[in-house]
Amino acid sequence: MKEHLKEIFDYQDMVNSLVRRDLRGKYKGSVMGFLWTFINPLCQMIVYTVVFSVIIRSELEQFYVYMITGMVPWLFFDMALRQGACCVRYQGELVKKIYFPREVLPLACVTSNFMNMLFCFLIVFMVLIISGVGVRLEVLVWLPLVMGIEYLLTLGFALLVSAGTVYLKDLEHIVSVILMAWIYLTPIMYPVSMIPETILWIFRINPMTAVIEAYHAVLYWKKSPDGLPLFYAFLFGVVLLAVSEAVFVKLSDHFAEEL
Amino acid sequence: MEQECVINVEHVRKQFKVYADKGTMLKERVLSASRSQYEIREVLRDITFQVPRGQAVGLIGKNGCGKSTILKMMTRILKPNAGRIAVRGRVSSLIELGAGFHPDMSGRENIYINATIFGLKRGEIDRRLSEIIRFAELEEFIDNPVRTYSSGMYMRLAFAVAINVNADILLIDEILAVGDAGFQKKCFQRLREIKEQGTTIVIVSHAMEQMYGICDRLIWIEGGTVREDGMPKPVAMHYLDFIEDERLKKLNDKSRSLFQDTGRHSILELTANVHPDARRDGSQEVYFTAISLLDNKNKSCQSFDTGDRVILKLAYKTSLNHPRVNFNMDFVKENWQYCYGCCLAKPGDELPVLDESGEVTLVIDALMLLPGKYYLDVGINGPAGELYDSVRNIMQITVRAYVHDEFGPCTFTHHWQR
Repeated sequence: MKEHLKEIFDYQDMVNSLVRRDLRGKYKGSVMGFLWTFINPLCQMIVYTVVFSVIIRSELEQFYVYMITGMVPWLFFDMALRQGACCVRYQGELVKKIYFPREVLPLACVTSNFMNMLFCFLIVFMVLIISGVGVRLEVLVWLPLVMGIEYLLTLGFALLVSAGTVYLKDLEHIVSVILMAWIYLTPIMYPVSMIPETILWIFRINPMTAVIEAYHAVLYWKKSPDGLPLFYAFLFGVVLLAVSEAVFVKLSDHFAEEL
Repeated sequence: MEQECVINVEHVRKQFKVYADKGTMLKERVLSASRSQYEIREVLRDITFQVPRGQAVGLIGKNGCGKSTILKMMTRILKPNAGRIAVRGRVSSLIELGAGFHPDMSGRENIYINATIFGLKRGEIDRRLSEIIRFAELEEFIDNPVRTYSSGMYMRLAFAVAINVNADILLIDEILAVGDAGFQKKCFQRLREIKEQGTTIVIVSHAMEQMYGICDRLIWIEGGTVREDGMPKPVAMHYLDFIEDERLKKLNDKSRSLFQDTGRHSILELTANVHPDARRDGSQEVYFTAISLLDNKNKSCQSFDTGDRVILKLAYKTSLNHPRVNFNMDFVKENWQYCYGCCLAKPGDELPVLDESGEVTLVIDALMLLPGKYYLDVGINGPAGELYDSVRNIMQITVRAYVHDEFGPCTFTHHWQR
């Protein structure tokens, strides 16, 4: 196991070049090019702003800021899992023909979406400043930690589904359905205060609640996030990653035959 | 002296599940209940061999015999079901060219993507970049997107990366037919250099000339085991003969279904491997009962080397009372070019008198045909030229090809002077 992890580490340059290929290749040849990375979330935010501040009124002031500070991190999670689910299967030819630690593929997929989120944070900060909410630098130091925990969680889930999809194609669609429901089980489009007491426990076991709440705390409320839920999410992530990696190693033995 | 062994393959077995109709969709899995609609195909049964450091080994065998599977197990893409494969040192496999190429990105960027997939570090690629570009002969185009490349340029770039990945062990699968003749020659040159540097090489290829050029040793895989393992020449010869035999057997099967019993003396009784192109003519008053080609050990044989001793035995029967007849035979090349013929008695000579049945033998001391495939024709004529029996294209013989310096249907005893 230790050797295997070292090998994955040795292939970090492959992860890097796959991420680079993904980020640079995605918009190559399109007129707007890399700008699409920004335009996409920006448009999404405009739509939500219209819906939630004009049609459905929320009790929170400047609700669209609340929305975007949760939505951008969620989109990372969402996209990374959707793409992660098929990242091994779509690169079947590569997997069948060349040896490399198979973890590289989900790693690259999650990392590339993570980079995408970092770029989108430029928009988030722009919105924070323009809207007048502003930023507090002393709580901003929490941000890298929160992002790190989210990365950990995302990678854990991505490893699991990327290996599973090789054996069961349906998983790709199952993941997509689950994600659709999951966004409503995470306080992104409404504050935690709106959640009825009786089902609050569902939100509490969802590790993404802690993560999104932490983003909200740091960016929207401009205060330090709650330590305990964040620690729970971290622990969840570590255990998940360990389990996922073990499953992945087991399943990856027969990738080349199943693909 | 026993050399250090870098590849150790011990009693390796590999089987694949072949699904009748592979269902990876949930519905199919649920519906076809136990998902038991597969058969297990054992590709490799028991493979054992060792490769010492610096040796170049070729794996040969029919399509689907498991050569590529062995390579893939060496790279750890596949795992054996039983047995053990130990490979020591850094392995690079030239199994897939151009892995991960992105059409919209430049040649230079793609070199990085491709080489990191082979496990190279960025620093190592930086150092080799100019060498790779020079080898691919793409200096002017290296910053253009690869989608603008011709397929030749694309393959050259891919090969240049693959071959410049320094490794202790290089695994190559059927990919040496890249680019024009000049580039191929360069690839071979490079491969020899790599070999001289002490890299261990394992090649899978059907191109025998390539194998002779590189390999120190050939391993022939057949029926899931190592059929033969040794010096390239003899192993290749036995392998090619085996392939030829299989082919002839198949042709014979075709002949069996083609030539139904015509009531006359059937072609099929004449020899073991009857070619489907065989045709028989004549009155059959004197007729062949058996035709056999033998090598110098008196063994039935259809593959020879130029210069081999060949024996043709013709058995006959007749319903006539002591007829006088002449026997003849000839070789016709695959493209219907007439190459050689001879008959027992010269025109004008007294023809031999036959008994009711018997056999004549033609001994060819040295078969002077050059490599290729030839048909054998035999015939029996009467004194006035009447055709008793004539069998054309009865069997095909193969004269084996090695690297040769003569061309055309036949060889001359010759030497050059300067």
